[in-house]
Amino acid sequence: MTSSVAAQSKRSAAKSQRKIPTLALVAPSVIVLVLWMVVPLAMAVWYSFQRYNLLVPDNRGFAGLRNFTFILTDPSLWISIGTTLILVVSVLAITISLGTLLAVLFNQDFPGRGVARVLAISPFFVMPTVSALIWKNMLMHPANGLFAQITQRLGLGAIDWFADFPLLSIIIIVSWEWLPFALLILLTAIQSLDTDQLEAARMDGAKSFSLFRFVVLPHLSRAIAVVAMIETIFFLTIFAEIFVTTGGGPGLATTNLAYYIYLKALLEFDVGGASAGGLIAVVLANLVAIFLIRSVAQNLDS
Amino acid sequence: MANTQKRSSWLIGLLAWLVACILFFPIFWMFITSFKTEVAAVATPPQLFFTPTLENYIDVQARADYFNYAWNSVIISLGATVFALLLAIPAAYAMAFFPTKRTKSTLLWMLSTKMLPSVGVLVPIYILGRESGLLDTRIGLIVIYTLINLPIVVWMIYSFFKEVPKEILEADRMDGATTYQEVAYVLLPLALPGIASTALLSVILSWNEAFWSLNLTTFDAAPLTAFIASFSSPQGLFWAKLSAASTLAIAPILLFGWFSQKQLVRGLTFGAVK
Repeated sequence: MTSSVAAQSKRSAAKSQRKIPTLALVAPSVIVLVLWMVVPLAMAVWYSFQRYNLLVPDNRGFAGLRNFTFILTDPSLWISIGTTLILVVSVLAITISLGTLLAVLFNQDFPGRGVARVLAISPFFVMPTVSALIWKNMLMHPANGLFAQITQRLGLGAIDWFADFPLLSIIIIVSWEWLPFALLILLTAIQSLDTDQLEAARMDGAKSFSLFRFVVLPHLSRAIAVVAMIETIFFLTIFAEIFVTTGGGPGLATTNLAYYIYLKALLEFDVGGASAGGLIAVVLANLVAIFLIRSVAQNLDS
Repeated sequence: MANTQKRSSWLIGLLAWLVACILFFPIFWMFITSFKTEVAAVATPPQLFFTPTLENYIDVQARADYFNYAWNSVIISLGATVFALLLAIPAAYAMAFFPTKRTKSTLLWMLSTKMLPSVGVLVPIYILGRESGLLDTRIGLIVIYTLINLPIVVWMIYSFFKEVPKEILEADRMDGATTYQEVAYVLLPLALPGIASTALLSVILSWNEAFWSLNLTTFDAAPLTAFIASFSSPQGLFWAKLSAASTLAIAPILLFGWFSQKQLVRGLTFGAVK
């Protein structure tokens, strides 16, 4: 495999006038990433075939496929996979649709536009742990949170967000963090839209909606693909928001795959089981990755 | 006609400001809560006007040395960014100007390592860290953050290099420039805005990373994410102090983000949106 890479780089170096040690330049990045992937993964594979619980350290040995059968038949695993998908898809839908609308809005001319934009994108810079704490303690808290106080004032009673709508609460928090990101990217994309083109379409009598639908939206498709790709990478592994607010509960309501493995590893001290779960997560993430990266990469090429 | 247009633009401004205020409100609320007394912080109805106090900040600093954590955050974020750039720039240069058949799949593969769920390899990494003595050291976190951010950094710099017209480099080559001169005096200056925005994103992502920092540090190398966690666990009731700590933790990166947002956009879009 290495020799074919070398042969290829030799061929392409011959094509350009300059001889560049392509392989030597790319190798450091590739090697450290391979190590970063392969070493822990190999260890995870090793542990996943072991009976190894930190609470009973003496009882170690070869476990065969027992960790995998145990994890794969655990209904919690499948619930957490479902939760992961719901989280990813709904936050993507919210941030991209609202982000597009807000990008159009913030592209209009109005007084103080610069300041308003900076305020709107600020949540993106806030640490996930801090965002989660703000929402948990100051906004969604059932007794003293601002939301509860407002709904009580309106005579609706207090809503215990994390008990009654746990997953929705997480979706709201994550959306708040990432909507500014979508807005930021899409706004820049809109700004690169040719104003002459818009003007011409308007002259031809295009209504605002069809202008948006047939001129603005196609122009944004590439930026939307970029947003979707970056967001999916981060949404697949949402952790801090769940860790700080619900701890995966109540029950399994907000346990995504990342949190499920964390529970296995650090609360049940089941190194073997956690490693098996980790490997399953890796396989799933790669399935999503292949699907997603291929489709986005095509979009980026054109 | 002109009148209705004026009114609609006034409405648009109002709507946009309303949205901006709603999005910013949680941060604003945290900020003002940090100047309240603990009693005022949980008062019903919530107080918008109150006598501000600095006692929360004094308490926070007395309980946990903010500057120790902040300094760790700065060193770790900058260190990881520098290392990632050093690894990524040569790779991106080779891939952008001397592509092979494998370049595209190498890039995609790199990006796919980002999808690896950290928890999946937490146990092995923890054990490796313990064995190598890198647990709870700045260098340990720098290594991990470098690796986490490397795929995005390579990808971004690759797309910025792609934007540099090949003709400029070729003309330079005709004039007899060495590879070093070509890279140092032509390519890097041209791609500098892109490299800067890549660095900004890498700093922000490292600063806010909370999974590895919480699981691999205890005190010596603990960054601000751990500082916040130390205030959040049992004493959920001290909201004013928590707000002060949170404000301190996000203030540097928020200001940094405000000043650099224009740069940042170029980086975030991988050069796809010009």
